[in-house]
Amino acid sequence: MNEAIRELLAKVGGLPVSIDQITDEEDLYNAGLSSFASVQLMLGIEDKFDIEFSDQYLNRKSFSSIKAIERTVEAILKNNEDA
Amino acid sequence: MDAQISFLDRLFTSGLLLDTGVDGLYGRSGRFEDIIAAFERLIDRTGGDDGAEAIRFPPGMNRAIFEKSGYMKSFPQLAGTIHSFCGCELDHVNLIQCMDEGKDWTKEQQATEIVLTPAACYPLYPVVAQRGNLPEDGGLFDLQSYCFRHEPSKDPARQQMFRMREYVRMGKPDEVMEFRQLWMDRGTQIMQRVGLPVNIDVANDPFFGRAGRMLVNNQRDQNLKFELLIPITSTENPTACMSFNYHQDHFGTKWGINLNDGTTAHTACVGFGLERIALALLHHHGLDIEAWPEQVRKELWG
Repeated sequence: MNEAIRELLAKVGGLPVSIDQITDEEDLYNAGLSSFASVQLMLGIEDKFDIEFSDQYLNRKSFSSIKAIERTVEAILKNNEDA
Repeated sequence: MDAQISFLDRLFTSGLLLDTGVDGLYGRSGRFEDIIAAFERLIDRTGGDDGAEAIRFPPGMNRAIFEKSGYMKSFPQLAGTIHSFCGCELDHVNLIQCMDEGKDWTKEQQATEIVLTPAACYPLYPVVAQRGNLPEDGGLFDLQSYCFRHEPSKDPARQQMFRMREYVRMGKPDEVMEFRQLWMDRGTQIMQRVGLPVNIDVANDPFFGRAGRMLVNNQRDQNLKFELLIPITSTENPTACMSFNYHQDHFGTKWGINLNDGTTAHTACVGFGLERIALALLHHHGLDIEAWPEQVRKELWG
């Protein structure tokens, strides 16, 4: 999952630095992720993992770091399994 | 909805607004314009000593600048583009025939280089960027323009073509935040002086679609937008008559607006919805302007 998120981030994130230089915990907004790029990232993740972000996850916190994105995706996948 | 239609009907009947047959597109009477002119003078008296540079753009803007602004990413549903006939004589014959037959003649219209201005400040940023670095104390601008948003409605407070008066501040983050707070205080005071009940609340722009939901949440989480609300046709959903927006470095980065030291400028704007304010005054004080409370008339007309 980590690799897939990094791949998407490199593609749509518009970050001024190489994705390899971003740690899992690093604040992506401080690293240059714009609001609109985070929307594109969200749509890309939905497509990749075949999930849908519910309203509670559509916020800055969910996309604040690679780790946060992983946690969000895992939570959505788990919700889907439980449902 | 009934309250909106009722208020609109009364505005038409009294002759304050004139029906054009399109929801949200109205003629204005001299009496209506007089309210707006008086309120603008009140704004001038409040902010006039701040030294803002006054600039007036027409209600259309450069399409290339509009495209670069990213407006279509966020609000495609509100945008208005200007199209014209660009064909030859034969095309003209076909156009007339098409119109005579009551068919859709607009398909062959070509996009011009102009789009309708969605907010008074949109044309400003690239113009300021072109001048080079801002002076030591940043920039302060006074704008007013008719704006267009495609949202037909029976609510007279939601018009498709309306005027927005704006002040825009460019500077360091603390400077633009201070400017925004100053106008939140001033806006409240102005409205109270003309007898209008106000409430200021955190707000969001109408970003398009489900993806826009995330932009809404981001905007609200960061307190980037506040609105000054006044009940007009509903007390549960009062109308935003002013907005106070902190853009962070969004426009500074987008257009290359830099401070004196070369770092990216932050920007903020405050906007007055002039028609909405006039409507708020008419709703609260009555359609007979001569009969408005003496104190309100004195504030507006001296």
